[in-house]
Amino acid sequence: MTSTLLPPAPAAAAALSSPRRRRTGLGRRRQLTGALLALPAIALLGIFFLWPLTRTVFMSFFDWPMLGAAEFAGLDNYAKAFTDAEFLRAVGFTLVYTALTTPLLLVVGFGLALLVSRRTRAARFFQTIYFLPVVIGLASGSFLWLFMWQSDVGPTTQLLGSLGLVDPAKNIFADYWGALLIVVGMVTWKVAGLQMLLLLSGLQSIPVEVNEAARMDGATGWQVFKHVTLPLLRPTLALVLVFSVAGSLLAFDQFYILTTGGPANSTITAVYQIYRTSFIQFDLGYGAALSLLLMLVLGLVSAVQMLLLRNSDHS
Amino acid sequence: MSAIIATPISAAPRRPEARSTQPVLPRVAWWVISVCLAVLFLYPLWVMVSQISVEDFLSFADGAGGLSVASSLGNSIFVSVLATAVTVLVSTLAGYAFSRLPFPGSKAVFFVTLITFMVPFQAIITPLYLVLRDIGLSNNLVGLSLVIATFNLPLGIFLMRNSFAAIPATLEEAALIDGSSTLGALWRIMLPVALPGVVSTALLAFFAAWNEFFATLILITDQAQYTLPVSLGILSAGTNNAVDWGLMQAGVAITVIPCIVIYLVLQKYYVAGLLSGSVK
Repeated sequence: MTSTLLPPAPAAAAALSSPRRRRTGLGRRRQLTGALLALPAIALLGIFFLWPLTRTVFMSFFDWPMLGAAEFAGLDNYAKAFTDAEFLRAVGFTLVYTALTTPLLLVVGFGLALLVSRRTRAARFFQTIYFLPVVIGLASGSFLWLFMWQSDVGPTTQLLGSLGLVDPAKNIFADYWGALLIVVGMVTWKVAGLQMLLLLSGLQSIPVEVNEAARMDGATGWQVFKHVTLPLLRPTLALVLVFSVAGSLLAFDQFYILTTGGPANSTITAVYQIYRTSFIQFDLGYGAALSLLLMLVLGLVSAVQMLLLRNSDHS
Repeated sequence: MSAIIATPISAAPRRPEARSTQPVLPRVAWWVISVCLAVLFLYPLWVMVSQISVEDFLSFADGAGGLSVASSLGNSIFVSVLATAVTVLVSTLAGYAFSRLPFPGSKAVFFVTLITFMVPFQAIITPLYLVLRDIGLSNNLVGLSLVIATFNLPLGIFLMRNSFAAIPATLEEAALIDGSSTLGALWRIMLPVALPGVVSTALLAFFAAWNEFFATLILITDQAQYTLPVSLGILSAGTNNAVDWGLMQAGVAITVIPCIVIYLVLQKYYVAGLLSGSVK
């Protein structure tokens, strides 16, 4: 490309634009520099990603205690996972949580995006406010909500109690649905802004002319939304969905802090159960097998995303 | 962008913004809904701010078992700064290599980097613990920082590679003709142009490191080394299961306020990084 842009190029520039053919020495030096510059990244990814990943696969075939000798166990760990009531319960709960949060986040995020999609200063101001909780950590957000909803001392409990909406003396976290809904509320507060931002950038990338053309052809607002906006927004929708599904399947912090898995271990998620297996029961081999199963599920989610995106290219 | 394209099409002056926004909600309703939602979104932050008292901040320095808000804050700053520095440095170098200095196998390496994107680190945390033990970095803030940096690398490399790829090749060629070395061209010519990408990478890495909970909880076993998000719960646990909520909220405020300030100041870069990192 550069050679077509610069027809009367001096010799040096010509050599640079095709370094491999003209001067192998220079080309090889650039290759070597490139490899050297990429080396720190390769080293870090090798040590802290590929090595542990390989070890996870290896360990999953062993009975591997934290201390003491490991013993080959074949596929026992995997077989155990499918009959382990505690793990299956955690998987079931994770699915319930995912099924609750995903549509909620999508609807709230979409609503916020439509609300702030006007190109005015006020809209940009509200956009900043709705996005604020996204930059707060999941852990600090959880500690904040833990305090808000405490019985007796929590400001939110007191406020709603004075309005007669809840009993301020009752511990909401002791109830399965109470605890779950507080987590869902916290996550919606914290993540909806991100979904809003992604959907907003999708909405704003749709050319104004497309909507206007549909309007001129006599389409109503709802018809434009359904037949023009939604189909054009499909890649963004797929992305937003995968974000929230993957995030929910990997949930840990919010339950560890807000519910500590209770009441009676009813809000233990898949990652929480892996944590308990590896670091409380010290059954590392079984923990590794569970981790790989989790990875498999997330791989499937990514594959579905690819599929959705590919279809959208053709339609 | 669309406005620029729209101008030549319509001869008569018009305002596409006003037209495209007018349908669904009338002005008053829009304001009422927006303000109500803003109150809901800001309410938890107001709760946090309203709980802060001077005594809680004074009790920051002394804590049981070597754990105090002050020391946790120090640990958090150390981990976040180191992890951010490593992420920015390593992904700048690698991003430059992948976009400008292709070497045999560089495509494959970049592909592996993108796969890391899809594997949740929660899934490999147990062997990570063993790896850190093997290389003598267990229970060590440097080890934790390197792990956090590694899991920020895919996004960082992706952002930096795109930043460098967007710069016209002639700029680098001009520098090389003027006698710059490859690294000299990167440092003096390319990096200043790619600075927005560097800032985005740094911000995303910093927020991820500052707010990391799971990795710290598992890789750090010594309470004195805990970062803020992990120590918040333990700090406020008093005797007889009584929780010092005031102290906890003061700790939450210390954790949250820097994030909000940085976000408000550098919003443009943070949002740009998030969008180009996810939407591509």
